[in-house]
Amino acid sequence: MDFLNAIVALANFVLIPAISYGSQLAIGALGVTLIYGILRFSNFAHGDSMAFGAMVTILVTWWMQSLGVSIHPLPTALLALPFGIAATSLMVLTTDRVVYRFYRRVKAKPIVFVMASIGVMFIMNGIVRFIIGPGDQRFADGARFIMKARDFKEMTGLREGLAFKTSQGITIIAAVLIVALLFWFLNHTRTGKSMRAFSDNEDLALLSGINPERVVMVTWIIVAALITIAGVLYGLDKSFKPFTYFQLLLPIFASAIVGGLGNPLGAIAGGFVIAFSEVTVTYAWKKIAVYLLPDALEPSGLAQLLSTDYKFAVSFVILIVVLLFKPTGLFKGQSV
Amino acid sequence: MADPFLIGDGMTGGYGKNGPDILHDCTISVEKGEIAVIVGPNGAGKSTGMKAVFGMLNLRQGSVKLGGEDITKLSPQARVRKGMGFVPQTHNIFGSMSVEENLEMGGFIRTDDISETIEQVYELFPILREKRLQAAGELSGGQRQQVAVGRALMTKPSVLMLDEPTAGVSPIVMDELFDRIIEVARTGISILMVEQNARQALEIADKGYVLVQGANAHTGTGKELLADPEVRQSFLGG
Repeated sequence: MDFLNAIVALANFVLIPAISYGSQLAIGALGVTLIYGILRFSNFAHGDSMAFGAMVTILVTWWMQSLGVSIHPLPTALLALPFGIAATSLMVLTTDRVVYRFYRRVKAKPIVFVMASIGVMFIMNGIVRFIIGPGDQRFADGARFIMKARDFKEMTGLREGLAFKTSQGITIIAAVLIVALLFWFLNHTRTGKSMRAFSDNEDLALLSGINPERVVMVTWIIVAALITIAGVLYGLDKSFKPFTYFQLLLPIFASAIVGGLGNPLGAIAGGFVIAFSEVTVTYAWKKIAVYLLPDALEPSGLAQLLSTDYKFAVSFVILIVVLLFKPTGLFKGQSV
Repeated sequence: MADPFLIGDGMTGGYGKNGPDILHDCTISVEKGEIAVIVGPNGAGKSTGMKAVFGMLNLRQGSVKLGGEDITKLSPQARVRKGMGFVPQTHNIFGSMSVEENLEMGGFIRTDDISETIEQVYELFPILREKRLQAAGELSGGQRQQVAVGRALMTKPSVLMLDEPTAGVSPIVMDELFDRIIEVARTGISILMVEQNARQALEIADKGYVLVQGANAHTGTGKELLADPEVRQSFLGG
């Protein structure tokens, strides 16, 4: 029984949160990796573009809620998502047109692109705070739980409860669907293959008659969809606050780099590596240790390796280790 | 005498807008279904000469004509659409993509059914059919060259230009590649190629150009050049 309780506690406090957080990171990192592979720069505006997409979705959600539109038990935000994606696509295509296209024309070095993207980041940062404010925003509605901790306890008679939030369920399902769809697109459609070809060998792609501007446009639209979805899922799961999205930049980049920049499969793996590391290192293991270890060995402290305040340090450490020992990432990507 | 099928006539120019001239009044041409080979010492401008024909550098003087049409002002991409295929010396495949995807990308500009052309490439290079689902970057040097040539053939070009197709492959593979190139020429496609292995290349050439310092030094049929004592002494090692 103790063993079962330990497993349930592990699932409740580590596995489920890490899987849903990992899914959010993976979707975010896919965007970073696509931009790196095709536009060949690290997009620092990624986190704040994510906030922009989430913001538009939230505004549309509020509007829908005020009209009484609802898809209970699912959150209304899912209904507002297409609007968010459309607005974000428009936004990233506009920034590409007014900022990045110029640097592409003059064949600027990647570092120049990175600096330009930091500029875009600050502007996006300001726009989002100006429109929706810097504070916390709640927009989740619908059923909060698929499985409540108390119901689980009653059902199984175990001492530990297992809570499974609707937002977590949606996140995991969405991640699986998105990854399947993206890989199908990249591997089986003409446009997807032309994107891979462009990423692999730009000169030869040009020689083969692949239109670079079209590849860039399709990439931005896909990235806009990915970041809006990731941003909304994160907001549903935790809450929406512009500064948190800026902070997400670090774990997202860490995920993309750990997996191998430019490699979509790596981005997904990287997302889960970072999420699991962050959650396991900051989790207080005492509860589980009590179930599994004999009484004499019961830890006196919380058995927490790192306070949650330091969770970003985890991404940093993993990033440094990977860059030192395997600069191309776990999967074969480009070295940074 | 009628104009040759493809001719770069009196080409003078270099890389960039103000780069020094590399080619000096250089003329290169190839007839329909024939093989023309450009040879010469290192740094003679062999590859540059071919790139000039393909529109990859600024010509200050001279013109390029394909099938009687002046294409001097066209970009390389536009020349591909006019029926020119180009196989660069390096980075000539999509390494992370499968052999079949490489061929599909080669035929990207075509709007008609490309499966028949893929089939023809597989008939020409049977090994590629076997490896069609394998990443092209994992193949051997000779097989990668076959992928590169196959990719260029996907647009059904009337002229195929090869920049040192046998660089870095073993002599046996080289012979095989040359055989395949002859086969391609027999289907009516003109071949223009730059080669380091001058002797073997001239043996299969209908026409040979020896370039020295960006200018035509000797021109003739492959046999004539092989027999020319001066060419033999200077470029073929006696």
